[in-house]
Amino acid sequence: MHASLRGPLLFCLIVIATISPQPAFSSDLKLSFDRTLKTASTTDQAVFDDSLPTPPPSLMMSESLGHFPTLNGLSTGEPGMDEEESDIRSEWSGHVSGELRWFPEDGLQGQDENLYPAFSLQAEYLREWNDGYDQFTFTPFMRVDYHDSRRTHADIRELSWVHVEENYELRMGVRKVFWGVTESQHLVDIINQSDLVESTDGEEKLGQPMFNIAFDKEWGMLDLFVLPFNRLRTYPGKDARFRTTYWVDDKQAIFESELEEWQPGVAVRWMQSFGDWDVGLSHFSGMSRDPRFIVGTRHGSETVLIPYYERIDQTGLDIQATLESWLLKLEAISRSGQGSRRYAAATAGFEYTLVGIFESDADLGFIAEYLYDDRREGAPTPFQNDLMLGMRLAMNDEQSTEALFGVITDLDHNATLMNLEGSRRLGDSWKLSLEGRALIDISDKDPLTIWRRDQMVQLELTRYF
Amino acid sequence: MRQTTPSPITSRWLFQGIVYATATLMSLAPSSLLAETPAEKGLAIATEADRRDMGYGDMTANMTMTLKNRHGETSVRYMRIKMLEMENDGDKSMSIFDRPRDVKGTAMLTFSHATKPDDQWMYLPALKRVKRISSRNKSGPFMGSEFAFEDLGSQEIGKYTYTWINNEACGDLECFVIERKPTYKYSGYTRQMVWMDTAEYRPLKIDYYDRKNSLLKTQTFTEYHQFIGKYWRAHTMDIVNHQTGKSTNLVWSKVKFQTGLKERDFTRNSLKRAR
Repeated sequence: MHASLRGPLLFCLIVIATISPQPAFSSDLKLSFDRTLKTASTTDQAVFDDSLPTPPPSLMMSESLGHFPTLNGLSTGEPGMDEEESDIRSEWSGHVSGELRWFPEDGLQGQDENLYPAFSLQAEYLREWNDGYDQFTFTPFMRVDYHDSRRTHADIRELSWVHVEENYELRMGVRKVFWGVTESQHLVDIINQSDLVESTDGEEKLGQPMFNIAFDKEWGMLDLFVLPFNRLRTYPGKDARFRTTYWVDDKQAIFESELEEWQPGVAVRWMQSFGDWDVGLSHFSGMSRDPRFIVGTRHGSETVLIPYYERIDQTGLDIQATLESWLLKLEAISRSGQGSRRYAAATAGFEYTLVGIFESDADLGFIAEYLYDDRREGAPTPFQNDLMLGMRLAMNDEQSTEALFGVITDLDHNATLMNLEGSRRLGDSWKLSLEGRALIDISDKDPLTIWRRDQMVQLELTRYF
Repeated sequence: MRQTTPSPITSRWLFQGIVYATATLMSLAPSSLLAETPAEKGLAIATEADRRDMGYGDMTANMTMTLKNRHGETSVRYMRIKMLEMENDGDKSMSIFDRPRDVKGTAMLTFSHATKPDDQWMYLPALKRVKRISSRNKSGPFMGSEFAFEDLGSQEIGKYTYTWINNEACGDLECFVIERKPTYKYSGYTRQMVWMDTAEYRPLKIDYYDRKNSLLKTQTFTEYHQFIGKYWRAHTMDIVNHQTGKSTNLVWSKVKFQTGLKERDFTRNSLKRAR
């Protein structure tokens, strides 16, 4: 297990200890029994299943399908307990994936492998009681990569308890939170650390320990966060693709705070809808999620990059207008704490969707976003003055066939990053995903130059259970 | 309701005089039972059907959808639905998907409105992302089935204009036959023919005509059950696409009324923990 799990595990133990014990089973049975009595006395046929001559199969996995007749050749005998009138819902689900990445060229940093097989597993345990107003979730994740020892890792994506009251909602434990509206990059989204070894686009996240209280009032939705522990970004190992010229030695990570990863962070987010316009305003104060690097050595000889995690303050704004076929989007941030001056960055654009193209059921969306960072050439991100153009195709067929194609072009020096993602369901429980990535015209000035030989095609087969 | 034959004991002249006087009087009133046009009668029937469904409060149900293609191959969708009746506005609803398994946990929140477009949000569990989505695409298929989003959405009166065609026998019952035209400009249909029984105002059959005005689909409603002594719900809906030969069978189960749902069960926060 990855060393960085130590912190969250400790935190989880604290959280579990603070979760009030679940109501005893007998009282739950009584509760639901009372409810049944109540509905039975006030309705003629409140519970339909009891009155149907040939009851249809019930929907939930956790409910018994076994004693119902089959419908249209539906298979029966699904395991599960009969929880028809129980107040407690408890279930496991998850998926396993086999992944194969193919790189036609050898890497720039001497990686001479071309095929990178990997395997991953994610399970989710859900327990709900108190009419779903109490919810416990546990989501472990594990990845095994044949070549990259750093990508072989495990994480607790979620281990949390959510409790809903009349006027607020309490969420404690390890969780994942998403903020924002744009597609090409996620500037405003800052609560969770990116699990960068999983995916270079930063959309895969590590579980973040938190206390979160949420209010939903006339004046908007308000979320307050305390983040007692911070996760460190994962980086590819020496033999991996998508690595830096000097590889990142995250085990030597240094911190601005003497509390290191335990420097508490706080965050607040307010969201409100004004008709078709949704506006979000957020502030984060805590350890940066994207560290800067210091050049150092490993074992006294090898040059490596050492992540340096500073204390930052980031204010974010996100706006989306939903206007029939058009979605207009803006994300903007202002950050201080990294470097001598405050900087700003933004993503703005639109998505336009054509419904039922060529008299079919398919929808075709066009996406355009402009990416800006006011540090310009000095920005550590490759997206300082870039344009993203994309197309999203949804076939709306039985297999939910989808594709997303995007091109991000640097307006300063024409470097182009192309990305294609497609997926299709096979049968009821399988899914096939294809991903392709290419870099074109990358100049030496572009930060992406280190990946210019990491063109990739990735095939993934997932089984859901 | 329409005066068709004069009373045998009234002389022809007298009758005509009464009709004339009544019509003159009634023309001052906003609506008339005597001089009702097919459009007025169609609207009156739709309004009565809507009135009979008022006061249901809230409802929860499970839904099994079986998709069948031309070759008879089937695939199944499971979901759970919660609905809340709103005063002076369209209903709020939440749909939670259970199968296929790759979309398990995906949920959709809809605030329907009679006159303006519905508000709609979608929750993507893998990214933990709530996306506000356009409700413009109502003509598209619902989860790959023969049902379009607009077929399953809340049927507010203002979403159509109505014309009563005639009354005819439908099975053992008598039905109103009503033609309704979507007022929504992006609808996938030019018109729909609805058969609704005259006793309980329950839809029994709908023929959907596509944008070229040719017959596209036929939906039938069977296994009606009454709840709380008042509200009728069909537990089986079958829809056949005449142009592609595909069909979808939809079965409702565990239908419960007045379960005590509140507005706080239909928010973006509740969408995130819908599952």
